[in-house]
Amino acid sequence: MSGIFEYNGGSIVGMKGKNCIAMACDRRFGQQMSTITTNYQKVFKIQDNILLALSGLNTDIHTFYALMEKEINLYNLKENRKMKPTTFANLVASALYERRFGPFFVTPIVAGLENGKPILATYDSIGCKSDLDDFQVGGTGGNYIYGACEAFFKPDMSPEELEEVIGQSLVSGCDRDALSGWGGVVYVLTEQKLTVKILKTKQT
Amino acid sequence: MTDFALTTFSSKGKLLQIEYALNAVAKGDTAIGIKAKNGVVLVVEKKQSSILIEESSVQKIALLTDNIAATYAGLGPDFRVLSQQARKLVKKYDLKYQEEIFVQTLSRELAEDVQIATQRGGIRPFGVSILIAGYDEEGPHLVQLDPSGAYYSWKATAIGKQAKNAKAFLEKRYNADMEIEDAINTALLTLKEGFEGQITPTNIEVGVIRDDHVYRILPPSQVKDYLEELE
Repeated sequence: MSGIFEYNGGSIVGMKGKNCIAMACDRRFGQQMSTITTNYQKVFKIQDNILLALSGLNTDIHTFYALMEKEINLYNLKENRKMKPTTFANLVASALYERRFGPFFVTPIVAGLENGKPILATYDSIGCKSDLDDFQVGGTGGNYIYGACEAFFKPDMSPEELEEVIGQSLVSGCDRDALSGWGGVVYVLTEQKLTVKILKTKQT
Repeated sequence: MTDFALTTFSSKGKLLQIEYALNAVAKGDTAIGIKAKNGVVLVVEKKQSSILIEESSVQKIALLTDNIAATYAGLGPDFRVLSQQARKLVKKYDLKYQEEIFVQTLSRELAEDVQIATQRGGIRPFGVSILIAGYDEEGPHLVQLDPSGAYYSWKATAIGKQAKNAKAFLEKRYNADMEIEDAINTALLTLKEGFEGQITPTNIEVGVIRDDHVYRILPPSQVKDYLEELE
């Protein structure tokens, strides 16, 4: 067991653009060297204007997502209003820290649009929030994606440019990482719509 | 702690303990709240039973957070306990969401604690009605929370000894276009109406929140100015 975070493999990346945000993830669900399925969802739409991407141990990806769904649904019903992306970003940090001594083995990225303004936050597995950067990565292929991001990224990109850049960065990273890949999915969120695109990566 | 509830239904379907709690509230010093377009004002009687009491140590308006405050009519110690619980609720929300709590949310959560006291074994209901005044993203709010756990949003209301007369007075004076300064004057006028004896800056407490979202308890010098304007 080379590491609990490496058991299932997988990579995610989030980027800010001009009044838009993008998230991308690979599609592999593996168990160490074996690939079980090539259509595992790792980016979730929490609300019309909030996306949550999760990488790490797949069982925790699923459970943590379900927990966040529950929280936001209860919030919507109790408070009779939608949750702001910055509020959700703080909620994720609290929820992770609540399990400080028995953590979820996930590294989430939250992306959203608050009054048109892009929000992006990333965390370690125990809830240390960082919302300072314009792009963030997570998962086993993270470092490889970083390299491509640094090269291609520029601030205030349009949704189309953003989709291209984040897609290319994800593909470059996943093609190098043995544990990530088997396809990619890119989500681009603007005030008007959410577009989802499936990409091809090296089929290994 | 007993296993059985102290508050149980009468054959007529009433919860007498809650009615009695409301009686305790009706004996308490009057408190008035008015919601204006751009703020909320709370005014409360602070009559001391003896001139030997250190007036400055008595605080009837409690700050729950920067933009929400509360006052009461009824049993002082019960209010002290509830306002402390409310402050903890605010902080709990803050820790989880890092966001300013809405007045309605706080009212609902505090009401939960008040209702529990009408159903749990071995404890009595709280003997206070609370007026919560705050200004959040949604705007100004005035909420009344009763010993039963029921809470109501008001444009203007009064609780305590002079509640009935004060509300009748307010019904005539209130208008939806009121600005906060008008509201403060109207609140003081309403309190003065049923006041036993002379109203002074030290035997009442006035708290105001404006659209800057900051709650302020007015110092006696400012209260004096407002009272003089009423003449």
